[in-house]
Amino acid sequence: MKYLQLVLANLGRHKLRSILTILSVALALFLFASLRSVTTTLAATAQLGGARRLVTTNATGIVFVLPLAYGNRIKALPGVTGLSWANWFGGRYGDGKSFFANFAVDPESYLKMYPEFIIPEDQKQAFLRDRTGALIGKRLLRQFGWKVGQNVTLQGTIFPGDWTFTVDAVYTPSDPSLGDDALVFHHEYFDERIGRAGIAGWYIVEIDDPAHAPQIAKAIDDMFRNSSSPTKTGTEKEFQASFATMWGNVSFLMSTIGLAVVFAILLVTANAMMMSARERTGEIAVLKTVGFSDRLLFALTMVEAGVLALTGAAIGLGGAKVLYPAINFNGVGFLPGFKVATSTLIIGTLVAIGLMLASGLVPALRAARMPIVQALRKVE
Amino acid sequence: MIPIVYNVRSVVQRPVSTALTALGVGLVVAVFIGMLALANGFSAALAKTGSDRNVIILRKGADSELSSGLGRDVASMISSDPHVATAADGHPLVSPEVYVLIPMAKSFDTTQMANVVVRGISEQAWQVRNNVTITAGQKPTSGRAEVCVGGRLTQRFPHTKVGQTLHFAGRDWTVVCNFTAAGSAFESEVWGENEQFMPVFRGEVFQSITFRLKDPAAFTEAQRALQADKRFTVDAHREAEFYAQQSQLLGRILSFLAVMITGIMAVGAVFGAINTMYAAISSRAPEIGVLLTLGFKPGSVLLSFLAESAFIALIGGVLGCVFALPLNGIVTSTTNWSSFSEIAFSFRVTPALLLVGVIFAVVMGVVGGFFPALRAARLQVVQALR
Repeated sequence: MKYLQLVLANLGRHKLRSILTILSVALALFLFASLRSVTTTLAATAQLGGARRLVTTNATGIVFVLPLAYGNRIKALPGVTGLSWANWFGGRYGDGKSFFANFAVDPESYLKMYPEFIIPEDQKQAFLRDRTGALIGKRLLRQFGWKVGQNVTLQGTIFPGDWTFTVDAVYTPSDPSLGDDALVFHHEYFDERIGRAGIAGWYIVEIDDPAHAPQIAKAIDDMFRNSSSPTKTGTEKEFQASFATMWGNVSFLMSTIGLAVVFAILLVTANAMMMSARERTGEIAVLKTVGFSDRLLFALTMVEAGVLALTGAAIGLGGAKVLYPAINFNGVGFLPGFKVATSTLIIGTLVAIGLMLASGLVPALRAARMPIVQALRKVE
Repeated sequence: MIPIVYNVRSVVQRPVSTALTALGVGLVVAVFIGMLALANGFSAALAKTGSDRNVIILRKGADSELSSGLGRDVASMISSDPHVATAADGHPLVSPEVYVLIPMAKSFDTTQMANVVVRGISEQAWQVRNNVTITAGQKPTSGRAEVCVGGRLTQRFPHTKVGQTLHFAGRDWTVVCNFTAAGSAFESEVWGENEQFMPVFRGEVFQSITFRLKDPAAFTEAQRALQADKRFTVDAHREAEFYAQQSQLLGRILSFLAVMITGIMAVGAVFGAINTMYAAISSRAPEIGVLLTLGFKPGSVLLSFLAESAFIALIGGVLGCVFALPLNGIVTSTTNWSSFSEIAFSFRVTPALLLVGVIFAVVMGVVGGFFPALRAARLQVVQALR
C-alpha cells in the first residue's frame, strides 16, 4: 500500500491526460454496454411467455383474423383450462407520431390469463364494469399526460372512425419485458362497433401442463385444418420469438458495431498510455538505482494502467447501468424492459482488464528489463 | 512556415504509434460511414419505390396499405376518373391491388420467419409501375395460380426461382418470373393477379388503388377532386411521397443511431488523439525548442502541429473509407415497422459519404490536435531546450 502514493503521483503528473484516458475508456465501455443491451433486451423479450400459454393465430399470416366461433371449440378440447382472445386495433392518438400498442381483449378472461398485469383492485373492477373503458400501461400516463377517469379518443386506422375510451385502470407489468405502454379495451365494444363481424386476431389458450403443449397445439391445428381459416398454434414464447426474429440482422449489426467501437477507442487509448509511459525512461532508471526491484517496477506500471482502465470501466459501465433506468428508456416502445444485464457488466470489466494488459504489458516489461546504465544515458 | 515535410517525417519516425492512432480513427470513420450507408440504403429503397406520376388511393385514415380497404365499386369509379392516363390499347392505367403479408421461412435458417408482402395486381400494373423489369420468365397468365417474385427475395427465401412452386394461403403457386424494380421495396414482394388473390385472402376487397396521372402536374387537382368525391371516402397520395413516408420511422431511427453512436465514438477518439499529441509533443520538446530558436514563429509551430494531427487523422479517414467500401452493395434486411413487412436493402456507400467520412476524420484530428499544438507553440525556448 505504501506504493499507492507513488502510483497516484504518477497519474496526477499529467492530470489532463489521465482524465482524458479515463473518459475515453468510459465512453467506449458505455457505448459497448448500450449496444450489447439492445441485443440482450431483444433476446429477453423473445424469452417472454408463460409456459402454460399457447397462442393460436391464422396460419395464412399475422394480418389475418380468425372467426370468433373458434373459441368454444378450442375451449372444449381436453387439457385446455382457459381461453382468451384479442384483436389488434392499431389506433393512433393525436398526430400519430408516438406509436403504442392498442388492442381489444376479452377483459375478464384476459386479466385472469395475465397475472403479470398488476392493477389496483378498485381500478380493475371499474375497468371490467365499463364497456367503453380502457386499461393502459403506466408509461402512457406520463407520455400523453393522461389521467385516470379521463376520456381519450383514438383514430382507427384499420377500423375507421373516432374511438373514445375512458381510462379506468393503469397497470404495471411484473416483468418489464412485457412493456408498459399498451392500451387495451373491451372486445365486446369493439365487436359491436364493427358490426358484429365476429373476429379474433389471436387466441390465448391456457393448458393444464406445459408438457402437453405440442399435443394440444396439434389438436387445435388439426381441428381447423380444412376450414376456411386454418390455424397455427405454438407456445407464447415461440410467438414472441417470431417478433424478435423480425428485426433480422439488427442484433448482429449491433454486436459488430459494439466490437468496432471498443476496439477503436481502446486502440487509441492504449497507444496514448504507452506513449506516456515511454517518456519516463530516465525516471525508471533512477528508481532502479535507488533499489526498486524489476518485479516491483513491473507491478507498479501495471497497477497504473489498471487504475486508468478500471476507473474508466467503472464510470462507463456504471453510467450505463444507472442512466437507462433513470430516463426510463424503452427505445420508443421497441425495447420494453431495456436494461444492462449483469453479463454485460462482466464482459465490460473483462474488456477493461484486457485493455490494462494490452496497454500496460509493453511499458511494464520495458521498465523491468531496462538496464540502468543505458537508460540513464538515453536523452529524450 | 515550417515545411510540411517536417511533420510527414516525424510521423514516419513513429510508425507504431501513428498506425495505432490512425487505425483507431479509421475504425470510427468506418462505423460512421457504415451506419450512414445503412440508413442511406434503406431510405433509398423506399424513396425509389413509387413514382411522382402515380397516385395511390387508400381508405381515408389508413396509414399503410395494410390497414386500408376499398371495395370493387371504388375501383371501377376510379378507373373511369378523368385524371387517369390511358394506355395505347385504350385501357385506363390503373391497378387496384390486394396487399397482404405472409410468413415465409428464410433460406439460411428456416426457424427465422419474415413477413413478406404479397401484392395482387391488375394487368396494367406492369405499365403503371414503369421501373419494373422482368429478368427471367414470363408474366403470370391471367386466371392461373402463377406469381412473379421480386429479385431481392430469390436469394433469401427458398422456392422463389422460376419454375419452382411457392405454397401459401393453402394453395400452390407456380413461380413464372422474377423481376427487378430499380432497387426499390417492390423487389422484396411477391406479385400475382389480384383476382386470384382476392378469394384466398380477404375476399372482395382491395387495399390500394394505384393509377398513372394523365397530366403529371395535375396531382393537387386530382387529389382534391378524389377526396371531395361524395361517393367514397379515400385519401390520395403521390405514390413516391407515400412510400418515402413509410420509411420515415425506421429511417429516422437508423440516422439517430448513426449520429449517436458515432458521436460518442468520435468524442472518445478525440480524447485519444489529444493524448497522443500531448505525448508526442512532450517527447519532442527539445525539437520544438530548436524550431523556435531557429526563428519560427509560435504561430507556425501551432499550424505545423495542427497539420500533423490532421495528417494522421487523414490517414485514418482514408483507412476508414477502405474498411467501409466492401460494405457497399451488401444486402441486409429488417422489418419496416410502419408497414410491418420485411424489406431488403443494400448498404449504399456513395462518394459523398466517403468525402463526409474523410472530413469527419480531419475535423477529429484538428479538434484533437488543437490544445496540444497550442502547448507546443507556447513552449519557452530555454525550458524546452533544457
